Amino acid sequence: MEFFERFAIPHPSPAIYASMVAIAIVSIAIVVGITYFKKWGYLWREWLTTVDHKRLGIMYIIAAILMLFRGGADAIMMRAQLSAPENKLLDAQHYNEIFTTHGVVMILFMAMPFIIGFMNFVVPLQIGARDVAFPRLNALSFWLFFAGAMLFNISFVIGGSPDAGWTSYFPLADNEFSTSVGTNYYMIAIQIAGLGTLATGINFMTTILKMRAPGMTLMKMPMFTWSALITNVIIVFAFPVLTVALAMGTLDRLFGTHFFASTNGGMDMLWANLFWVWGHPEVYILILPAFGIYSEVISTFARRNLYGYKSMVASMVIISLLSFVVWVHHFFTMGQGAFVNSIFSITTMAIAVPTGVKIFNWLLTLYKGKITMTTPMLYSMLFIPLFTLGGVTGVMLGMSAADYQYHNTMFLVAHFHMVIIPGVVFAMLAALYYYWPKMFGFMLNDRLGKIGAWIIAIGTLVAFMPMFISGLDGQARRMYTYSEASGFGIWNMISMVGALMLAAGFALIVYNIYYSFRYAPRDIGSDPWDARTLEWATHTPVPEYNFATMPKIDSYETFWDSKKKGTPLFPDKIEKIHMPNNSGIPFIMGIIFFMWGFSFVFAMWIPLIICTLGIFACMAYQSFENDHGRYISIEEIEETEKELGGKR
Amino acid sequence: MKIDHSLPLEYSTDENRLKILGFWIFLGAEVMLFATLFASYFILSGGTGDGPSGAEIFEITPVLIETLVLLTSSFTIGLMVHAMRLGRQKAMMGFFIATIVLGAIFLGVEIYEFVHYVHVGAGLQTSAFSAILLTTLGTHGAHVTFGLFWGTCILIQVKKYGLTPRTTNKSFIFSLYWHFLDVVWIFIFSFVYLKGMM
Repeated sequence: MEFFERFAIPHPSPAIYASMVAIAIVSIAIVVGITYFKKWGYLWREWLTTVDHKRLGIMYIIAAILMLFRGGADAIMMRAQLSAPENKLLDAQHYNEIFTTHGVVMILFMAMPFIIGFMNFVVPLQIGARDVAFPRLNALSFWLFFAGAMLFNISFVIGGSPDAGWTSYFPLADNEFSTSVGTNYYMIAIQIAGLGTLATGINFMTTILKMRAPGMTLMKMPMFTWSALITNVIIVFAFPVLTVALAMGTLDRLFGTHFFASTNGGMDMLWANLFWVWGHPEVYILILPAFGIYSEVISTFARRNLYGYKSMVASMVIISLLSFVVWVHHFFTMGQGAFVNSIFSITTMAIAVPTGVKIFNWLLTLYKGKITMTTPMLYSMLFIPLFTLGGVTGVMLGMSAADYQYHNTMFLVAHFHMVIIPGVVFAMLAALYYYWPKMFGFMLNDRLGKIGAWIIAIGTLVAFMPMFISGLDGQARRMYTYSEASGFGIWNMISMVGALMLAAGFALIVYNIYYSFRYAPRDIGSDPWDARTLEWATHTPVPEYNFATMPKIDSYETFWDSKKKGTPLFPDKIEKIHMPNNSGIPFIMGIIFFMWGFSFVFAMWIPLIICTLGIFACMAYQSFENDHGRYISIEEIEETEKELGGKR
Repeated sequence: MKIDHSLPLEYSTDENRLKILGFWIFLGAEVMLFATLFASYFILSGGTGDGPSGAEIFEITPVLIETLVLLTSSFTIGLMVHAMRLGRQKAMMGFFIATIVLGAIFLGVEIYEFVHYVHVGAGLQTSAFSAILLTTLGTHGAHVTFGLFWGTCILIQVKKYGLTPRTTNKSFIFSLYWHFLDVVWIFIFSFVYLKGMM
């Protein structure tokens, strides 16, 4: 039994035991359900082995929504604990674990896959490509992300969750102060998911640079594709830094090195620097695609072409460059001195300029537009004022002298939630409503959608505005409780109400999906929003090959132009199409990586070596496999096109 | 598969061109990886704690052998690509094998070097300096090791299928990887060893 003791939870509570039972029951129910309905074959052929960017995109989005609820449950527990002074709902250790997993799950396993999911689904369609450049690598990216996410998620029932914050600063994250295996989970789960993300970055850069439809020059790309390109450049240059930092952290915790220790020449600030050299660009990896979504939604529903296309592109490029030179603003108080702080203060505030350009471009797109207020548009309209609140407080935090007052208070927590929720989450919800008809062939109910949008927007304000006040009054972040005399009680109680509103808003979205699935009409055509870009030019549901013939592009809104002027978008005759074959290797590698990570977390070296060999065996198999893909014949394409309502 | 005969075999299909560009982007990510390691090395190189410093443990002989061997292997892999473009499979395989053999010699000397460092008291756990030294060298060495296995897999495929768009594409990409490792080594030689010995 000694062997199994390592898997015990260091701080068990009834809630954790209940979760263990729930996880076991749900897992059994899923397996029994799939077996009962005889869906294993379908699942394997159509989903687990797929290399189709559209299906991978949908799987990313499903995973992201699941993780949204996991992270949301963490958030509710935290807010409940803080809702009253001297509350005893959670102890300090449990609270530490919960805010750590909340941060990691929301940033890396919710926001990232949400964005990458939409990139997967939309980008190849927007540029008129049949798939991404490396479809199999794309599937591997997904399964690595999923393996990392699952590994991270089981930490709270096997061995204990990480408890050093999502930033995992050393020496707090070292063995001395973080005694459970939790931080091992952090280091290794993020490493696995990060490898997948890096591969995505390479894949999409290649796709966007090389696989655009004939005539689509760089400056004729839709704005979401532009944002995806820039985001992927940032991914490729930022993620290797995290790879190294996590590897050094793993060595410190499992192999007794002294990179980040305070003895034997180590330097704890090196972790903070490396983490934020990745971490700040990561913020822009999240927000730039969100900006891309808003650009699409706003110009579609204002019925106008996007104002200032070139300045939109330029501002994104400038933001991407500046994102690499601001990282020190995350720790102004940690002793760099006034000169260094001033430089990073200036670069930080400089980011407000290109961001402001974008805000004004959206406003000027709306100006004199024929606005249709659909749910995605409502999210975009709510985004502009709410995001500006978050952005302006960001400029306040960027002033290094003033930051000594705000640092590590709830003011900071309020700031980054006010940028991430209206910026990223609203964009993802807008995209969910906007692309839902393209993905699933029916629309989500608009009335329920709008009610949900208002509840979420007001909930965001109610939850986070009080934190600005209590933060300025001195409430520190990450403290599991506070005294009654501090006077923070009322503000935290208001926050709790806001958190519950947010929960209600997200529950309403789930209900909307159920409601629309049952009652929404299915005859919506392929372009229900009267949109402008190429993804709406193909059929719904999108055939596996996306476009029967290549579109001819001559402006950045060719689809819109062809609708207005009647010029043919698809002049060519149908030819046979080359498509990649499905492959089980990415899924199998995902499973092996999961076991590899699990063995690593618990320092079980023999299984670790076996899994490592398994990974290399998969790579060798892939190298020697002679798979040249397959062709879809002209007759087959004509058949499919006829079924979907005729060739475009 | 459309084959464009005006281009060398490794560039002749769309898929091949995508793979080459994708690999260049991957090398961009690798540059960041090693840049981070070098930055960490410069920061921690003074952090010797109770352990020895670089000047005390570096030996010029094995380092020079490693450098010579690896630079030569970069030359032979260049000749491999040249032979491949001339369509001379035998010569191409010969240069490929020479590269892998030289890589293996490099690796052997590096393993000797690691044993030496541990022997003179600069193990992984000694100090931040020894840890970052071994991590930086080790990351490069792990890349070389991976390259040896990868290269062998490609070599077998060249033997099996001859010079096809697929095998030449793989061999060409391998040559990019190998040159890149050489570039990293030049930085290691200059900024870890020479700077450390001064």
